[in-house]
Amino acid sequence: MNVQSPPSREERIKKLQGLGSSRKRVEDARFTQGTGNYVDDIKLPGMLFGDFVRSPYGHARIKSIDKEAALAVPGVIAVLTAEDLKPLNLHYMPTLAGDVQAVLADEKVLFQNQEVAFVVAQDRYAAADAVELVEVDYEELPVINDAFKALDDDAPLLREDIKDKMEGAHGPRKHHNHIFLWEEGDKEGTEQALNNAEVMVEEKITYQRVHPCPLETCGCVASMDKINGKLTLWGTFQAPHAVRTVASLITNIPEHNIRVVSPDIGGGFGNKVGVYPGYICSVVASIVTGKPVKWVEDRIENLTSTAFARDYHMTGKIAATADGKITGLWTHVLADHGAFDACADPTKFPAGFFHIVTGSYDIPIAYVGVDGVYTNKAPGGVAYRCSFRVTEAAYLIERMIDVLARKLDMDPVELRIKNFIKKEQFPYQSALGWEYDSGDYHTAMDQATKAVDYPALRAEQAENRVAFDRGETRNLMGIGVAFFTEIVGAGPVKNCDILGLGMFDSCEIRIHPTGSAIARLGTISQGQGHATTFAQIVASEIGIPAEDITLEEGDTDTAPYGLGTYGSRSTPVAGAATAMAGRKIRAKAQMIAAYLLEVHEGDLEWDVDRFQIKGNPEAHKTMKEIAFASYNQAIPGLEPGLEAVSYYDPPNMTYPFGAYFCVVDVDVDTGVTDIRKFYALDDCGTRINPMIIEGQVHGGLTEAVAIAMGQEISYDEIGNVKGASLMDFYLPTAVETPTYETDFTVTPSPHHPIGAKGVGESPNVGGVPALSNAVNDAFAHKGLVHTQMPHDHWRVWQTAQRLGLTG
Amino acid sequence: MSDIDVKMTINGQEIEAKADPRTLLIHFLREDQNLTGAHIGCDTSHCGACTVDIDGKSVKSCTVFVGQANGSDITTIEGIAHPDGTLHAIQEAFRQNHGLQCGFCTPGMITRAYRLLQENPTPTETEIRYGISGNLCRCTGYQNIVKSIMAASRELSLKEAAE
Amino acid sequence: MIPGSFDYHRPSSIGDAIGLMSSLGDDAMIVAGGHSLIPMMKLRMALPEHLVDLQDVQSLKSISIENSQITLGAMVTQAELITSEELHEICPLLREAALQIADPQVRYVGTIGGNVANGDPANDMPAIMQTLNASFTLVGPNGERSVAARDFYQGAYYTTREDGEILSSIHLDAPTSGHGSAYEKQKRKIGDYATAAAAVVLTLSGGTCATASIGLTNLSETPLWAEEAASILVGSSLDRETIKAAAAAAKAITNPAEDGRGPIEFRKHVAGIMVERAIAKAHSRAR
Repeated sequence: MNVQSPPSREERIKKLQGLGSSRKRVEDARFTQGTGNYVDDIKLPGMLFGDFVRSPYGHARIKSIDKEAALAVPGVIAVLTAEDLKPLNLHYMPTLAGDVQAVLADEKVLFQNQEVAFVVAQDRYAAADAVELVEVDYEELPVINDAFKALDDDAPLLREDIKDKMEGAHGPRKHHNHIFLWEEGDKEGTEQALNNAEVMVEEKITYQRVHPCPLETCGCVASMDKINGKLTLWGTFQAPHAVRTVASLITNIPEHNIRVVSPDIGGGFGNKVGVYPGYICSVVASIVTGKPVKWVEDRIENLTSTAFARDYHMTGKIAATADGKITGLWTHVLADHGAFDACADPTKFPAGFFHIVTGSYDIPIAYVGVDGVYTNKAPGGVAYRCSFRVTEAAYLIERMIDVLARKLDMDPVELRIKNFIKKEQFPYQSALGWEYDSGDYHTAMDQATKAVDYPALRAEQAENRVAFDRGETRNLMGIGVAFFTEIVGAGPVKNCDILGLGMFDSCEIRIHPTGSAIARLGTISQGQGHATTFAQIVASEIGIPAEDITLEEGDTDTAPYGLGTYGSRSTPVAGAATAMAGRKIRAKAQMIAAYLLEVHEGDLEWDVDRFQIKGNPEAHKTMKEIAFASYNQAIPGLEPGLEAVSYYDPPNMTYPFGAYFCVVDVDVDTGVTDIRKFYALDDCGTRINPMIIEGQVHGGLTEAVAIAMGQEISYDEIGNVKGASLMDFYLPTAVETPTYETDFTVTPSPHHPIGAKGVGESPNVGGVPALSNAVNDAFAHKGLVHTQMPHDHWRVWQTAQRLGLTG
Repeated sequence: MSDIDVKMTINGQEIEAKADPRTLLIHFLREDQNLTGAHIGCDTSHCGACTVDIDGKSVKSCTVFVGQANGSDITTIEGIAHPDGTLHAIQEAFRQNHGLQCGFCTPGMITRAYRLLQENPTPTETEIRYGISGNLCRCTGYQNIVKSIMAASRELSLKEAAE
Repeated sequence: MIPGSFDYHRPSSIGDAIGLMSSLGDDAMIVAGGHSLIPMMKLRMALPEHLVDLQDVQSLKSISIENSQITLGAMVTQAELITSEELHEICPLLREAALQIADPQVRYVGTIGGNVANGDPANDMPAIMQTLNASFTLVGPNGERSVAARDFYQGAYYTTREDGEILSSIHLDAPTSGHGSAYEKQKRKIGDYATAAAAVVLTLSGGTCATASIGLTNLSETPLWAEEAASILVGSSLDRETIKAAAAAAKAITNPAEDGRGPIEFRKHVAGIMVERAIAKAHSRAR
C-alpha cells in the first residue's frame, strides 16, 4: 500500500492561497465569457426606460415646458418635470456635501445638460424620440464659468433657491455664489514664517476639471413592488448601503422595504459614489407606473452631468532656509464646485483631506484655506481614484517642491530627501493635524533612485541639453520625480461620516458544516477583485483555502452595513473587518478544538489551518474538522454553528506612500511628448495579492497619464461643454500608454490587523505630479518654473514658444 | 417606417427576426438575442466595448444597423469559448495574466484579440498595441492585456505545432 | 444615443441604387461603412428618411491595377487598401495614409468612397487623392461623369456631387517608379482626426526635385492641394531653406478652426512642421 505522507506545513500554507499569494481572480471566468451581470444587462418583465430632456444652455430661466407632442409618441408612458416632483418634495435632493441639488430643473437651469424632464417609455427608442419632442422655452441668463469671477460684486446670482440662506453647511457664505471658506492650520504663524523666510516661493497651480469616466456609465433599474411595498434598486453604486439609507430618507419608504443591489460594476473611480437625478427619477417613475424602470446614461451625459473631479485653483507658498529646509507652507484654493455642491467628502471636510498637503515632508507650520464657489458647470467634485482631494494636495506639494528646488538650484530629489519625515518620527503629527501611522521614505527613495539610476538619467539629460543647444536635436528630455504620501481608509467614526453615517465597514463570515465558507462585506468591487483578495484574508485568518470561500458584496438585504468602496478604503477598513471577523471565528474554533482534544484552550496553538497542542503537533484539529464539530456536537457552553460579524471602526487612517520617476521626451516643434520611462515604487504596507496590486498600479498610472497629458472638461464663455465625447476627452489607447516598471517596499500599518494600507489610488495621486514635473523639468534650464496641465500638444508647444525655442 | 426581416448566423446558430431598421446591432444582440456580453461604452465608435466579429472582421456593433448585418455570420464573446465549454486560449490567457479588472471592456477586447491573432498569429508587442488601439480600457493600463495576448499567441502557436 | 427612424434599402446594382436615390429624393442618404454617418444619425444631426446601403453592389468592391493605372471601387475598405500588396508596391502612400485613419475596427468597414465622398475636411483620403491627382467617377440619373479630386471639394460637407449621384470609383495613375512619398499626421491619439497632416509625393532627377505634389488635411473647410508650395520644391535640391520656404507657402493657404486640438496659430504651425517632415521623409524614400 502506498501511504501518502501528510502535506508539509509549506504545502498547507500554499493550499490556502492566503496573504501574499498572486492568486488568479475568481471573477474572470464570467467576465472573459461575457456572462458578467452589469446594470444594463438586467431585464425585467414589463420594464420601462427613462431618458432625460437636458438643458442646451448653461444658465437660463425655464418659461414653459410642453409635453404634449412627446406624450403622443407611441410607447411613451409619462413625462416628469419638477412640477410633478414637487408634491412629493422630490424636486430637490440632498447632496453628500450638505447642499441640495435639483432632481429636475426647478424654474431655471444652471449648467448645460442639466436634467429638465424625464421621459418614460416602453423602450429606449421611443423614449429618445419623445425627448426630442418635449418643448422647453428658455430665457438665457448670463453665465459664470470662471471661478475667479464668481465672487465679483456684479456676478449674476446662480442659486436663487438658497439666496437668503447665508449660513451654509460649512459656515457663513460671504457672497451669493460662495459656498464655504474652510480653514485649517495656523494662518498667522505661517504668514510670519513666510515673512521671516530666507527663501520664499509662490506659484499658482491649477488642477483642471476632469472626469473619472469609467467605461460603464451610470445607471439603475428601479422596481417598486406595489403589492408588498418593497422597492428594489439595482444600480452602479459604489456605496449601496448609503444609497439605501439616502433613498429611505428622501422617499420616506421605510429602510427595511428598500433593497439596493450593486451588480457587477464596469469601473467606478469615484463616478459612482454620488446619488444622481436619474436614480430618483427612476424610483419615482417606478412608483408612479408600477413597472420596473431602467435608466442608463450615455457617454455624453456621463461626461457632462455626473461627477466631475478636481477643478481646484491653488496657490502655494513655501518658506525655506537658504540651504533648503522648509520652514512653512501656505496654501489657498479656489474650489469650483459647479452649480450644486455635490462633492463626495466626509461631512466635516468640505475640502476632503486636502490638508494632507504637507505631504512627505516635515514642515513645522502650515495653513490651508479653501473657498468653494458656484459656477454654471456640472455639479460633483468626486474623489476620482483619490481619497477626497488628496490628489489635488499631492499635486500641489509635489509641484511646489520642484518650484522650490528650481529657486534654490537644488536637485529635486536631494531637496525632498532633506525634508522627508524621518523613519524614527513616526507616528508623525503633521502641522495640519494628521497622525501619519508609519513610513520609511528614505529607504524607498534610495531604492527608487538606484533602480532608475538617477545620476545616469541626469547625466543623459545634461548631454541632451548640450545637443539641443547645438541644434543636434529638437527633443528635450524631462525627468519627473514625485514622492507622495496618501491618506486613505476613511475613516474613524469620531471624525468621518457621510450624511451622518460613520465610515466604518463590515464583514460577516459563516463557516459551512463541510468546512467551506461565505463572507459578505459592506463594500463593492468595481474591478478591484474583492472576491479574490478578501477571500485571501479570510483564508489566512481561518485556515480555509481561498477557493473554498465565496465572497459576496453589494446586496443590502444580505450584506452587513458598510460605507462602500472609494478612496482606497476597502482594504484598510473592510479588509480589517474581514480579519477581525476571522479572528472571532478562530477564537470560537479554539474553544471547540479544546473540547475535542480535551485540553485547555491555553494549551493550543494556531498553525496555518488548525489548532494543535503545544509541543505535540500530531494532536490537532483542522478548521474543517472544527467546522463540522460546531454543527454536529453539543459542546457545553457553546452555541452551535461557526460564524461571526465585525464592524470595524478604524483607529486612524493609513498612509501609503511611493516614489515615482518618469522620463518624458518633448518635441519642441510639435509639442508631442513621449513617456519613455515610468518607474513606480509603492509602499502599501502588507501586500495581499501582488498580481492585483501591480494591476491596480498599471491602471492608476494610465489614468494619471490621461489627466496629466490631455484630460480636461472645459466650458466656453456661454456655458457650452467642450469636447464631451471620447473623441475629445482624452483616454489613451494601448499605443499612447507607456510600459510601466513597478517596485515596492513594505512598511506595514501598525494599527491595521494585517498591516495593509490600500493601493488603488496611489498611482493616480503620485503619477500626475511625476508626469507634470517631468514636462516642467524638460524646460527648467530654459527658465520655466511652472506650466499648467493638461500637457497636451498645443500647451506644451505654447510653453516652448514662450521660451523662444520654436525657431 | 416598416420593419425588416433579418436572418443571420450568430455564434453558429441561424436566427431570423423582424426588426425596426434603425435598431443598432448592439441593441439587437443585447436585447433581442439576450447576448449581453458586448457592451456599450461610448456610443460614438471610440471605445470598442461593443466589438463583435462580423464575417471575419472586428466591428463596433454600436455603429452598425441591424439591416447592414443581415445575412452575415457573427461571433460574439459568447461564441469564443470551445463548444465543450472550455475557455479559448485567449480567455484563459487573460485570466492567467490578469488581463482584466472590471471586465467591461473584456468581451470587446477578447473578441478583437481573437481576430488579430487569426490575421497575425505571432504579433510583436507593438503590433498588439496597434491591433487593440480601437479598444479602450480604463482599468489595466493595457500592460497585462498585451501580455495576455502575447501569451495566447504562444499557446496557440504551440497547439498548432502539435497538431 | 438613438437615431431617428428610416427605411432601409439594399440595392444589388449601381443602377438600382441610382434609381432608388432618384425616386426617394432628398430624404435618402447613401450608407457605405457608416462610421461617419451613423454617429451623426445617433446624435440626430443627420435624419435621413431612407438609407440606401451599397454593400451588395459588387461592382464597387474591386481594386484593379492596369499599366500603373489604379481604379479603386468606392466600397473598397481601408483594411482592403492596407492589405493589397500590389497597391502598396506601386503607391505606398495609400497604405501609409489608411493606417493612420481611425482604428482597426473602423478600417474594416470604413470605405475609401465614403471617406472621399462625404466632404468631411477632417478625413484623410481627400488630401491624399488631391496629392495623387486622382479623379472620381460619379454616376447619376443622367449618366456618368468624372471630377478631379482637386475640383471636387467646395466646403465642409459640400462637394460637386449632385443629389442622386453616387461616387462609384476613384482613378489615379500610380506615381512614377522611384518616387518618394509620405503622409505625416499629428493627432492627439489613435482614432483622432489630424491636428494637421501633410501628404507629399515627389520625384528626383539627378540630385534635384523633378516633380512634387503636396496635400493638406483638416486645415480648412476642404482638403488643400498646396500647388505653390510644391512648385517651390521643383528644381531644388530639397535643401533646408527650400523645404522651409515650401512649408511656409503651404502654411499660408491653411485656414484651420480652433478646436480641442489647439488654437488656430498652433494648428497652422503644426501644418508647416508636417509639411517639412513629409518632404524630408518623401525625399529619403525617393530614388
